[in-house]
Amino acid sequence: MKLSKENAEHYMLQMYQVRAFEEQAEKSYMAGKIHGTMHLSIGQEASAIGSISTLEPTDFIIGHHRGHGLCIAKGADLNLMMAEFYGKENGYCRGRGGSMHIADVAGGNLGANGVVGGGIPMAVGIGIGLKMKAENQVLLAFFGDGAASTGAFHESMILAVLFQVPVVFICENNQYAMSFSANDWTTSKKIAAHGEIYGMAGSCSTDGNDLIEVKAAVGAAVKRAREGGGPSLIVNDTYRWRGHSKSDRNRYRTTEEIEEWKKKDPILKFRAYCVKEKLLTEKEADQIKEKGYSDIEAARVFAEASPDPKVETLEEGVYAP
Amino acid sequence: MREITFLEAIREAMTQEMERDSRVFLIGEDIGEYGGAFQVSYGMLEKFGHERILDTPITELGLTGAAVGAALIGMRPIAEIMFMDFTTLASEQLVNQAAKLRFMFGGQSSVPMVLRTPAGSGTGAAEHHSQSFENWFVHVPGLKVVMPTTPYDVKGLLISSIRDNNPVVFIEHKLLYKTKGEVPEEMYEIPLGKADIKREGKDLTIIATGIMVQKSLAAAEELIKEGIDIEVLDPRTLRPLDTESIVKSVKKTGKVLIVHEAVKTGGFGGELAGVIAESEAFGYLEAPIIRLAGREVPIPYNRDLEKAAVPQIEDIVEKARELATLKV
Ligand SMILES: Cc1ncc(C[n+]2csc(CCOP(=O)(O)OP(=O)(O)O)c2C)c(N)n1
Ligand SMILES: [Mg+2]
Repeated sequence: MKLSKENAEHYMLQMYQVRAFEEQAEKSYMAGKIHGTMHLSIGQEASAIGSISTLEPTDFIIGHHRGHGLCIAKGADLNLMMAEFYGKENGYCRGRGGSMHIADVAGGNLGANGVVGGGIPMAVGIGIGLKMKAENQVLLAFFGDGAASTGAFHESMILAVLFQVPVVFICENNQYAMSFSANDWTTSKKIAAHGEIYGMAGSCSTDGNDLIEVKAAVGAAVKRAREGGGPSLIVNDTYRWRGHSKSDRNRYRTTEEIEEWKKKDPILKFRAYCVKEKLLTEKEADQIKEKGYSDIEAARVFAEASPDPKVETLEEGVYAP
Repeated sequence: MREITFLEAIREAMTQEMERDSRVFLIGEDIGEYGGAFQVSYGMLEKFGHERILDTPITELGLTGAAVGAALIGMRPIAEIMFMDFTTLASEQLVNQAAKLRFMFGGQSSVPMVLRTPAGSGTGAAEHHSQSFENWFVHVPGLKVVMPTTPYDVKGLLISSIRDNNPVVFIEHKLLYKTKGEVPEEMYEIPLGKADIKREGKDLTIIATGIMVQKSLAAAEELIKEGIDIEVLDPRTLRPLDTESIVKSVKKTGKVLIVHEAVKTGGFGGELAGVIAESEAFGYLEAPIIRLAGREVPIPYNRDLEKAAVPQIEDIVEKARELATLKV
């Protein structure tokens, strides 16, 4: 697979935007501007962007709690995203959802989820709907290794195969579910093997820090789904650099392990690839990085200047008219 | 007496019970090395090992069912569901199985387990990590439902719950974890089904649950400055309910304000109002029974909206003043 220069620039920019968004999120939290918690995807950028780069704008994704990268990859407006993160009225969800629930329905992002595994059963139904509507659309359904241990995952695999839905299930295996090491109960290969056990063609695991490899694997699955070949399950092997959330004390893993994985930085890997393939010069890559960070800085300014929801509107929006 | 936090009191109760009774064990997500999402079981893995601190992957239905099964053959498991919101996933085993096995089997066996779970809003964790579902479980015969509100109570109530021969849903409000209070080092039981008058007063009874007990006490301190003397009654156990103490208090004050965090419609306040209306206290009422409870919305993320969604001290002060000064 050969990338065009334009695509290489675009993916590089998105990767830096995700990294910058997460770093800003952390800073805003530390500065006391954000309450609640957040789940940062630093170190997992290639999985989000490589996977979603295979979609058409009219396709859909459904995400999970560690979903900032997925939103950006699906083309979210950074200002509206940051405003939601800040709980502002003009955020994507009017400040009602926050970090864990960002959705951009018009943009094909059917939302993050606070319940582990909560999006997977819905993915099957979205797939059923897409098939009935027959507009040649597909869905990517993202979840973590932890979600692969839920009943919701296993029931959904069975239904997805039964109904041959145009869905690619993507497990972002970042090695841990909070403190629970995936290797204590499974392996990437075993999670991917469920695809085969349940009857999905072409399920596999990838080096989830390699955008090119992720894109190739997901791209093949998306093509199959679009052509009526049914669902697949792909496991992107990756690693979260930060703690699970703001309450994590990292007692369950070693600094050495974290440092080892940092050497496999998906951004540097993709950047090196682009330079080697003469898609980008170092200087161009630097300029893209700068743009990524300044886009996020602009989003922060936008969010901080945005209005809070009015308390009188609290009970609005629970029911559809 | 020594002061410890609500959270430490829970840990102490579990630790002492595990030392006393080898049938007691913990099962839940991230309760080992991580120490539990709220650090309740921190350090217990070192003490009791993996044999009795069973850390699980994300399997709410599975781990709850495992607790039910173990209890069925005489173990005394304590299952932790990381957030009450996820008891939705655990509820099949809890509601259909644990609650009914003894009755269905004609009394041949029982299910002595505790399901502990942190509940409530106030941490900015939004719609999926903030809910108060106590009344769902109150509705199920066979379950007991406990909502402790002080460090002293939580220790005694948890010990009683572990020793109880029935499935107990033990609900811990997150904002209480860091509150401090006097707690004896030795083990003691507080019987399930006994309310506690947290403050005596004569003008109005506030019946509050969970975190609202603390908020109501703060409101009472405000109002006493205006000469309004409030009694705060904490049922502590919602099922079984100490109807007698409630009736007695209402007969004394003649006015009732019910305060809870859970959404008003279908909430426990309706049950309390019903119990009072059906009782001999009815004739003593000098004003309508008033409920102050969660608004009819999911818990939103935005800080101001989140606060507005559940009763705050100011709201309690206002409602209590209105009711206490009402002349009918
Ligand atoms: C049903 C459910 N159980 C527990 C939790 C608490 N929780 C939030 S994220 C998480 C770990 C999820 O692990 P994984 O699926 O691997 O995603 P990751 O956080 O690693 O990205 C847990 C246990 C939850 N949100 N939902
Ligand atoms: Mg994970």
